[in-house]
Amino acid sequence: MLLKEFKADLHIHTCLSPCADAQMLPDRIVQQARLKSLDIIGICDHNSTENVLAVKAAGKKTGLLVLGGMEISSQEEVHIMGFFSDDQSLRLMQEVVYKNLPGENKETVFGEQLVADEHGKIIGTNSRLLIGSVNLGLERVVALIKSLGGIAIASHINRQAFGIIGQMGFIPPGLGLDALEVTAEYSLSEIAEYEKYNLPLVKFSDAHFLQDIGSASTVFSLKALEFSEINLALGSVEGRKVKI
Amino acid sequence: MKLKEIVEKLALEVRTKNVALDYDVKRGYASDLLSDVLANANEGDLWITLQVHQNIAAVAGMKGLSGIILINSREPEEATLRKAEDEKIPIMVSKLAAFELTGRLYNLGITGTGNAAKGI
Repeated sequence: MLLKEFKADLHIHTCLSPCADAQMLPDRIVQQARLKSLDIIGICDHNSTENVLAVKAAGKKTGLLVLGGMEISSQEEVHIMGFFSDDQSLRLMQEVVYKNLPGENKETVFGEQLVADEHGKIIGTNSRLLIGSVNLGLERVVALIKSLGGIAIASHINRQAFGIIGQMGFIPPGLGLDALEVTAEYSLSEIAEYEKYNLPLVKFSDAHFLQDIGSASTVFSLKALEFSEINLALGSVEGRKVKI
Repeated sequence: MKLKEIVEKLALEVRTKNVALDYDVKRGYASDLLSDVLANANEGDLWITLQVHQNIAAVAGMKGLSGIILINSREPEEATLRKAEDEKIPIMVSKLAAFELTGRLYNLGITGTGNAAKGI
C-alpha cells in the first residue's frame, strides 16, 4: 500500500486548561484545524481528558483524525504527552492521574477550567488543580502511558520551563519515550543536542489560542489515517516516517 | 568542614550505603533545575534540592559534587540510591526546607560559589 502524507498538530489545549483561551472550544478547534489544512490533531490538556470526547465528536464528520490524550506534569515538573487509541485507556489514565493530583484550582489566579460539549456549549467546570503536578515520577508516568498502549512524547524539550532537558539536565536513558517534541522556536542548529537520544523529533504548536493551531506541525507518512499508523510512523516501520 | 560533621550538626539522615562522608566541603549550591546545576555548580559543591529522580545522582557524578541533601524530608527513589552508590555520591535527607537548610549551612561556614566572581 502507498504511503500518504498527513499534516499533524498533536499539541492543542482546550478551554479546560486554565492557561488556554476560553475560545478553545471543541467545534472551534476543529474548524480552525480544517482551515489550517491539518489532517490530524491531538488534544492534550494539562492532566485532564475531559474535553477529548467532545472534540472527537466535533471532528467526526470532517475527516479530521482527533487523537485523545493529556499533557501530564510529572513529579519532577516535566511535561509528558500521552495519547491513547481508545476511550477506555484514556479513562484509566485519567483515573490514575486524578488520584495522584493534589490541590484545587483558583480561577482568579490560574484561569477557568471549562468543560464543553461538541457544539461548544459550556457544560461544566473542573475544580482540580490541573496546572499542578502529579505525585508520580517520570518513569512511572511513561510506564503507565505505555502499559495502556499509548504514545508517550516529551513536550517542548527546547523550552526551559517544564521541558525534560531543562528540568532533568538530560533525558534519562531507557525512559521509553516514543518521540521528542520541539516548538516553533526550534532551529536546526539545536539538532545535535537532541540527535543523541535516537528518538524521532516532532514539532507541534502547543496551542493555547485558536490562531496558534497549526502554527507548528509535523508531516506523518502513513498508510492510513488511524492511531496505530502514528505509532508505526514514530518507529519508522516499513517506510512510514515523520518529518518536521 | 567534613561532610560527616555537617551530617551530625544538621541532623541529616544518610540514605546511601557504603559511600564515604569524609569529603571536606567548602561550598554549596541550591537548585531544582538539573540543567542549571550542570551549567553552574562547581566541583566539590554540596547540592541542596528537592528533586529525587535518579538523574540527580548522574548530574552530581558528572560535576564531581560532594553530596546531595534532599530537603523537606523528601525520600530518594530506589534507582536514585543505587545510582548514587555507584557514583559514590552521598545522599542525605533533611527535615528542613531549602531556605532554612541553606542558612544553617552558611552559618557553618559553607558558602556559595559565585559571589566573589560577581563582585557582590
